[in-house]
Amino acid sequence: MNKKELMNNKYFIAALFLLPAVIFSLVYLIIPIPLSTYYSFFKWDGIGAMEFLGLDNWSKLLSDPIFWSSMANNFKLVLISLVVQIPIALFLAVLLTRKIKGASFFKTIFFVPMLLSSIAVAFLWRYMYDPTFGLINSFLNLVGLEQLTRSWLGNSDIAFYSASAPIQWRFIPLYMIIFMAAISNIPKQLYEAAEIDGANNWQSFFYVTLPMLRSTVVNASVLIIVGSLKYFAMIFALTGGGPNHASELMATYLYTKSFTEMNMGYGSTISVALFLVALIVSVVFLNFSKKDVRN
Amino acid sequence: MINKLKQLVIYIFLSVWLLITGYPLVFLVQNSFKIRMEFFRNPVWSLPEKFTWQNYIEVMKSGFYIYFINSIIVCFISVAIIIIVSALASYAISRIDFKFNKIVYILFLAGMMIPIHSTLIPIYKITLSMGLYDKLSALIGPYVAFSLPISVFILTGFINDIPYELEEAAIIDGASRFRIFRDIILPLVKPAIATVAIYNLTLLWNQFAYALVLTSSPSKRILTLGLFEFQGQHGINIPLTLTALFLSVLPLILLYVFLQEHIIKGMTAGALKG
Repeated sequence: MNKKELMNNKYFIAALFLLPAVIFSLVYLIIPIPLSTYYSFFKWDGIGAMEFLGLDNWSKLLSDPIFWSSMANNFKLVLISLVVQIPIALFLAVLLTRKIKGASFFKTIFFVPMLLSSIAVAFLWRYMYDPTFGLINSFLNLVGLEQLTRSWLGNSDIAFYSASAPIQWRFIPLYMIIFMAAISNIPKQLYEAAEIDGANNWQSFFYVTLPMLRSTVVNASVLIIVGSLKYFAMIFALTGGGPNHASELMATYLYTKSFTEMNMGYGSTISVALFLVALIVSVVFLNFSKKDVRN
Repeated sequence: MINKLKQLVIYIFLSVWLLITGYPLVFLVQNSFKIRMEFFRNPVWSLPEKFTWQNYIEVMKSGFYIYFINSIIVCFISVAIIIIVSALASYAISRIDFKFNKIVYILFLAGMMIPIHSTLIPIYKITLSMGLYDKLSALIGPYVAFSLPISVFILTGFINDIPYELEEAAIIDGASRFRIFRDIILPLVKPAIATVAIYNLTLLWNQFAYALVLTSSPSKRILTLGLFEFQGQHGINIPLTLTALFLSVLPLILLYVFLQEHIIKGMTAGALKG
């Protein structure tokens, strides 16, 4: 085939257009998965020789209580995020889409947490949680609620919940904006009709707004569910997974194992497990949301 | 009367959230102007006794400005590559009928499901073997790869909406695919490219995990990692750390002041179209 024929061959042209994207995806997205799986059969510190272990890392993983509690924390975080972010974001979106003065001012400020990096949010909250100098305990002391002051991040009973709060704080604005966009797309006639039928605000919320937002809420929930498996930086900077693994997530646990303890074989095992969990969750929930949209 | 009351209730709720969102930021700024001892002496919500730029000078002297430069370099190069690579791929998926369009598209989207942290070890290893470890360029590959799925998604959707007639005449005239892409498609997808650029720029600006794993020397730190290390070293000096924290979030906030609508649209693009 000469050059001219080649340039007229649509398969060749398509391949040329796709080539750069395929190379980046292969090297940094696709190949890492089988590579991690391969590493998971070895004892390896990342630099030295690799020692074949067979399935030892995997049997260790299955009986590793910290791994299971980190996975449980990931799912707890999903639940907390759903229960906190969706209702608050929806509530704020409803308020801001009403005709009130200053709505755009509130919206502007409300979005700001989304602009901060996870590391910045984590450190900001760390200073708010500081037992002695933090904003939260200082405030509780001021209003006479000394008995409520505590070591928010140091107490392993509550550390996980304290560490979850900044995640909610940062992501509520994202869903607020999504809901605002969806609410403004609801035809005004529906509300007018409801009003004629004598519906009050609550009724028009439950019988007009909520049903019309159904697919948006489902999509936002899927984003939260899939996204919650990807948290790392905020918890890593806030608690490092501690105290005593109380706020450990799969991602922080795999980082500590691999890059602090330099146990990359076992770290790879956790990585593959995290990938599998994400895969299963994504397939289940993406299917779920697709079905819902079709209805 | 009832309407007035309703309005009041709405404003009370909005003000509560305003406090929850806004006060931590005020706390950040007001304490960044305090000197270390004053922070321990007075309540955290007190205004500084005397405004001082001392913390700001000290943070900058510590080499913090290098992290800004590094972040800017890495983010801008990555975003430029992402735009080119994802636009090329999206054009092929949307416009060249090579039979596997649908499958290729779905495979790209499937990339969104991969949790980036599950790839850290292999990427660390790959980076080492490429000789890129502890270089800023080590970050570009992973940044591009992980931004591709959403970028291809946004751009393909946009190109699909462009009427085909615009290209037809050019094809009849015998123009090559590359010329059509460059002269017809690219100018038309500019708005989508802006969205892709903002979406990825904000996301990558705040990225942390890759830099943590792929770089080590202070001169190669990006802003998030620089802040992390700064906190590790100076964490006891709370006002100083708060100053570094405030400086690290300032660039995006300034951008937001000028381009608010674009930023909101860009940052929510992935979610809104998904």
